[in-house]
Amino acid sequence: MSNFENTAYNFAYLDEQTKRMIRRALLKAVAIPGYQVPFASREMPMPYGWGTGGIQVTAAVIGPEDVLKVIDQGSDDTTNAVSIRNFFQKTTNVETTEETAKASLIQTRHRIPETPLTDGQILVYQVPIPEPLRFLEPRETETRKMHALEEYGLMHVKLYEDISRHGDIATTYAYPVNVAGRYVMDPSPTPKFDNPKMNNMPALQLFGAGREKRIYAIPPYTEVVSLDFEDYPFTIQKWEEPCALCGETESFLDEVILDDAGGRMFVCSDSHYCKSRQEQGHSGSQSPDAEKASREVAE
Amino acid sequence: MAMNSLLSVENLTVKYGDRVGCRNVGFDLFPGEVLGVVGESGSGKSTLLNAVSGQLPPHSGRVSYKTRLNDRCDIYGMTEPERRFLMRTDWAFVHQNPRDGLRMSVSAGANIGERLMGVGWRHYGEIREAGLNWLEKVEIDDDRVDDLPSTFSGGMLQRLQIARNLVSKPRLVFMDEPTGGLDVSVQARLLDLLRGLVSDLGLSVMIVTHDLAVARLLSHRLMVMQGGQVVESGLTDQVLDDPQHPYSQLLVSSILQV
Amino acid sequence: MYVAVKGGEKAIENAHRYLAEERRGDPAIEELSLKQITEQLSHAVSRVMAEGSLFDRELAALAIKQARGDLIEAIFLIRAYRTTLPRFGYSAPINTADMALDRRVSATFKDLPGGQILGPTFDYTHRLLDFALAAEGLEAEQAKEAEEAVDEDVPRVLELLNKEGLIEAAVPGESDESSSVGDLTREPLEFPAGRDVRLQNLARGDEGFILSLGYSTQRGYARNHAFVGEIRIGHVAVEFVPEELGFAIEIGDILVSECETVNQFQGSKKVPAQFTRGYGLAFGHCERKVIAMALVDRALRADELGEEKSAPVQDEEFVLSHSDNIQATGFVEHIKLPHYVDFQSELELVRRLRANALRTQTTLEAAE
Repeated sequence: MSNFENTAYNFAYLDEQTKRMIRRALLKAVAIPGYQVPFASREMPMPYGWGTGGIQVTAAVIGPEDVLKVIDQGSDDTTNAVSIRNFFQKTTNVETTEETAKASLIQTRHRIPETPLTDGQILVYQVPIPEPLRFLEPRETETRKMHALEEYGLMHVKLYEDISRHGDIATTYAYPVNVAGRYVMDPSPTPKFDNPKMNNMPALQLFGAGREKRIYAIPPYTEVVSLDFEDYPFTIQKWEEPCALCGETESFLDEVILDDAGGRMFVCSDSHYCKSRQEQGHSGSQSPDAEKASREVAE
Repeated sequence: MAMNSLLSVENLTVKYGDRVGCRNVGFDLFPGEVLGVVGESGSGKSTLLNAVSGQLPPHSGRVSYKTRLNDRCDIYGMTEPERRFLMRTDWAFVHQNPRDGLRMSVSAGANIGERLMGVGWRHYGEIREAGLNWLEKVEIDDDRVDDLPSTFSGGMLQRLQIARNLVSKPRLVFMDEPTGGLDVSVQARLLDLLRGLVSDLGLSVMIVTHDLAVARLLSHRLMVMQGGQVVESGLTDQVLDDPQHPYSQLLVSSILQV
Repeated sequence: MYVAVKGGEKAIENAHRYLAEERRGDPAIEELSLKQITEQLSHAVSRVMAEGSLFDRELAALAIKQARGDLIEAIFLIRAYRTTLPRFGYSAPINTADMALDRRVSATFKDLPGGQILGPTFDYTHRLLDFALAAEGLEAEQAKEAEEAVDEDVPRVLELLNKEGLIEAAVPGESDESSSVGDLTREPLEFPAGRDVRLQNLARGDEGFILSLGYSTQRGYARNHAFVGEIRIGHVAVEFVPEELGFAIEIGDILVSECETVNQFQGSKKVPAQFTRGYGLAFGHCERKVIAMALVDRALRADELGEEKSAPVQDEEFVLSHSDNIQATGFVEHIKLPHYVDFQSELELVRRLRANALRTQTTLEAAE
């Protein structure tokens, strides 16, 4: 007879055996930076493609003393980030935070926080398609061989085609990198803006792909190079205007449509970073203060 | 095995289950030499080509190759990475169907540049320049450099495949019926081009064909195969003008009658 | 003034409440009981058990109720529950030859030992809406008990063929160097997969996907000329060997559907012609699924049988990577999650490329 009562789940949901299995994969991944380690991904109570890989990695490394931050698109307040944070709150009871510097463990989808990470922190990425060669070669058996033999010419063929067709490398996110001079790796769909942050990062970077059942890692202080050509070097996105709320000029900006007449503004995608800058007194064209000032002038 | 040969094949036997693909084949290929292999379909010439070019492990026998560093290595004794590296740098393989040898979803320029990028070229301008040079060498207009191969004619596709293969300056080229499936007039132009490239670049070539005219035009030496075995070999003119083996005689006479 | 979007937490809570309300529907209408679902929607229960990989009617019924009848959502609930259950070990193989039969038919022989048993099937119903069912409270007509009991011994049809050597011996899979059977809920799927893992994947696979692939073989994409040798539906005992005891004990029985197909023959000058096999098995009453599964299983044996591979259904990587509806639904639906950052990156690039192009054009025109 089935038990219909709410079962008391183990700390961080996964059973200890599963956690050990994932930790073994993580150790292997750290030992071979950028190499995709197959692991027996479990079914999670969230859909595949919604961060099940990252959640399993987080569940395997989180301890009661950890302070957890969860972001999606750079923000702590997007629905999927809220949902994942709630999940860990419920199953681990750990402290959660929005403050990047305060977190010991950060799970992310699509961004690396603007505040530089430090020694001892762990950044966990949610990965939909771990294989950087997948869209050039659909067969797993073939791509594994290409990695094993370091046959990466095809990756540059893709970049060559971009330049021939568009005059520039047209890959803007999930921009391939070479890790520690050996494996070519997909940094997950983070914008290429964040690629330089991965290089020599003091924090440990862990990547989990649940549906595709792969784990990979970049140990602290590892060289991460974005692929490019000598005469078409890797560059990151730049915006013509600063953040409308905090005036930052060096962060990744989200575009917000204000009306249907072409009105728009740009604001930091890292919501916590933006908020703390505003608290420090920075402001932009659409800040509450600026608005108030202009209204007073009008009156 | 001759000391100064580039490629040496000894006692090569390939079996498909109980059936013999080729039996006890041996030959030497010297630098700058073009060796033709002729025979009707099913004679074992394609099996031999695949086994010699590292793509079909033989049942017994040995294939050895003298590298640029002048050491002689056993093709099937190498590790797979070593063999694959050799195959995409020092060697080239021209398929009968150019679609098997080209990447149809990327531009002509990228097709030519792939081998260069594979060995570490990282300057877009130089890779493109090399692509344009090779298009010119194989007589394709340079304004086609960004076009997809699917927009090319059969003859152009074959010339593009040749450019893609030769860009890495290989020393040894394997060709499997390179003119098969082309119109006669297109064939003639391609043969002309091939002959020029082979002599300009000093390539060693092993070419498999059922077309004796192609063999006569390109190859210095000829091997005639029947039932998986070499029945006659010698200088091309000698074999074609004065065939000794009854099967060679039959092959030559059947051409003459046409 | 602009305020960044906030309140994700609140919105989620409210959405969940709204969902609960919609699930219940009009409170004036009597609530569905799990018993009603297990008894009256038994095919839905079967499908959820088969693709959820968990034989438990009541949990399946609960999942169906909670999912508002969305079966893929129900399968998802079951899978997520199942993965947390402690694993005591693996049962002994079930023996479908000893099945307590509800149904057994063969399309290859008109009559055979054990006979044809139709059982509860839609097969020869006319698909006419039965408006009498709309009026509730009518007693269903009871099926009459057969005068004779089903034979004790109902031999498997394919074994009858096997005795004559007319069909290949049943092979446990290419990867049987060890006797252990693969389990893709514990090990990541790797290619090439053995037949054991392929069958497990198909048994858990989406009924619609397997059905379409099976159908494609019949329409000429890797045609393998299948005959249904035998379909069996009924209960089988599940046995388990506890380490402490060292012998098998029966821990219950389960309803399963099984289909064995007899497929196009193989042979050569040396090996006399023989029929080949396809196999399908799933929890519950899932006849459509197991027939299609047998077709797909047979098609996936192309390499082993030395057949040319030309159709999607023969491509192991393609079939096994895309059969799981929980993986598929998650990934297909995830594109509705925020992708602001990636989209912003593309937007920036397209704007820049267009600006460059316009500038070049203007310069050219000016030059002319």
